[in-house]
Amino acid sequence: MIYFDKVSKVYPDESVALEDVTFAVEPQEFVSVVGHSGAGKTTLIKLILAEDKPTSGKVFFGSTNIHTLKYNEVPEYRRKIGVVFQDFRLLPNKNVYENIAFSMEAAGRTDEEIESDVPHVLELVDLSKKIWSFPNELSGGEKQRVAIARAIVNQPDIIIADEPTGNLDPINTFEIVQILKKINDLGTTVILTTHNKGVIDSLGRRVITMEGGKVVRDDKEGRYII
Amino acid sequence: MLWVNIKRIIRTGFFNFSRNAFVSLSSILVMIITLSVLASLIFISAILNETLLQVKNKVDINVYFTIAAPEAEILSLQKTLEGLPEVSSITYTSREQALEDFKLRHENDELTLQAIEELGQNPLQASLNIKAKNPSEYEGIADFLQNKPILSTDGSSIVEKVNYYQNKVAIDTLSRLIATSERLGTIIAIVLIVVSILITLNTVRLAIYISREEISVMRLVGASSFYVRGPFVVVGVIYGALAGVLTLLLFYPITYWLGGQTSTFFINFNVFDYYTHNFGQIFLIIMFAGMIIGAISSYIAVRKYLKV
Repeated sequence: MIYFDKVSKVYPDESVALEDVTFAVEPQEFVSVVGHSGAGKTTLIKLILAEDKPTSGKVFFGSTNIHTLKYNEVPEYRRKIGVVFQDFRLLPNKNVYENIAFSMEAAGRTDEEIESDVPHVLELVDLSKKIWSFPNELSGGEKQRVAIARAIVNQPDIIIADEPTGNLDPINTFEIVQILKKINDLGTTVILTTHNKGVIDSLGRRVITMEGGKVVRDDKEGRYII
Repeated sequence: MLWVNIKRIIRTGFFNFSRNAFVSLSSILVMIITLSVLASLIFISAILNETLLQVKNKVDINVYFTIAAPEAEILSLQKTLEGLPEVSSITYTSREQALEDFKLRHENDELTLQAIEELGQNPLQASLNIKAKNPSEYEGIADFLQNKPILSTDGSSIVEKVNYYQNKVAIDTLSRLIATSERLGTIIAIVLIVVSILITLNTVRLAIYISREEISVMRLVGASSFYVRGPFVVVGVIYGALAGVLTLLLFYPITYWLGGQTSTFFINFNVFDYYTHNFGQIFLIIMFAGMIIGAISSYIAVRKYLKV
């Protein structure tokens, strides 16, 4: 479903973020990408999201070469991907309901769908009681659950979670990972980047290890080994 | 679908406007200044035009005829002159009328009146007062009078003097002054409007800078450029419309106060009357300018953050 073909990314200041990276992610897989800061995890995600272009090589989503998409085709493409960030990135002047509804509006869903789907997806992340709260009234774990709800509400083909537990305590971290697992069990592909050893070891799923812009390990039932 | 999107964009625009009250306030204040500059330019150009018009009306040519000139010939000359395309109006003053006017002007000056009585006859000349449609046309009229010596039946000229050549210097200066001030006025107007638009653009950009995170999130959840940009443009239009209304309200007391001042200062021109009489037109200009400046500023300002 996602295929990196000999991808390299060199920034204008000559720093090499990715070097000859090749790997594939199959549908309904749960893949964790681990590595130190600067290993190239964030660049990898930026390339998938079409936020950045590779210096050489190709990135495919299905049969589409992502970086040949035209500017006005990118929004449509991004609706197939749900993204969760370390810093949540909720819109501070919108309440929980509006934050999720916004993403559906942007995808062009009808008002009826929005009214029925938002409460449903909040139920899935166990946040029904906070539906009218604003982000500054929520804890870190709750914010991240809203972000996940926003990411999955448009039923994307894939969820990308970039260090989703980076700002959370162990209990919230555990809950977030459980939610991601549940989403994966329901049939959505998940790509998770993290440097949390506990998370990786508890998952027991495929792990891609990166170092200095290269893939150094790719284990089917991996553990956190660096 | 498009209609649903437009509805959502307008709704989001109003919503963002109300939740960012402080940023909105500062943007509106800057817009009010911009629109006030525009409104002031309208009033200044009106005052300038009115003053020029009145000064132009005061410029004229007087043709004085010899005392012996028969009235019929003067009237026939008046007919000929009225046929010229440059001439706007001609007033004939007969010798008797000139004397009446003279007496009226000097009714408190016993000595002068006595001197006139002493003369026993009317020393004043009949004259034609000629007004041209445009100050630059006086020269043509004067030349016409000069090149076509108007002779009476007995062969001597009936025109004693044409006072244009005495006034020529003054008229030329005025013509140049009018042309220069109109050109200068246009240039100043354009510069001021451009500067105001740049200031507004900068303020709106600041307001949008605060929302840059929001814009990048919108892009990442797959919102199209149109959908991201729309609400900001709507907010820009709201800023413009509100600033327009406030500017129009602000100018009501200002012109009311200035009205009294200007009507004594300038020749018969009351800014307040001008404002109330031309309100419809000024309303449209200010409102449209405000909304267009707001929309364009927002449109340009968001562009920078759409590249994600």
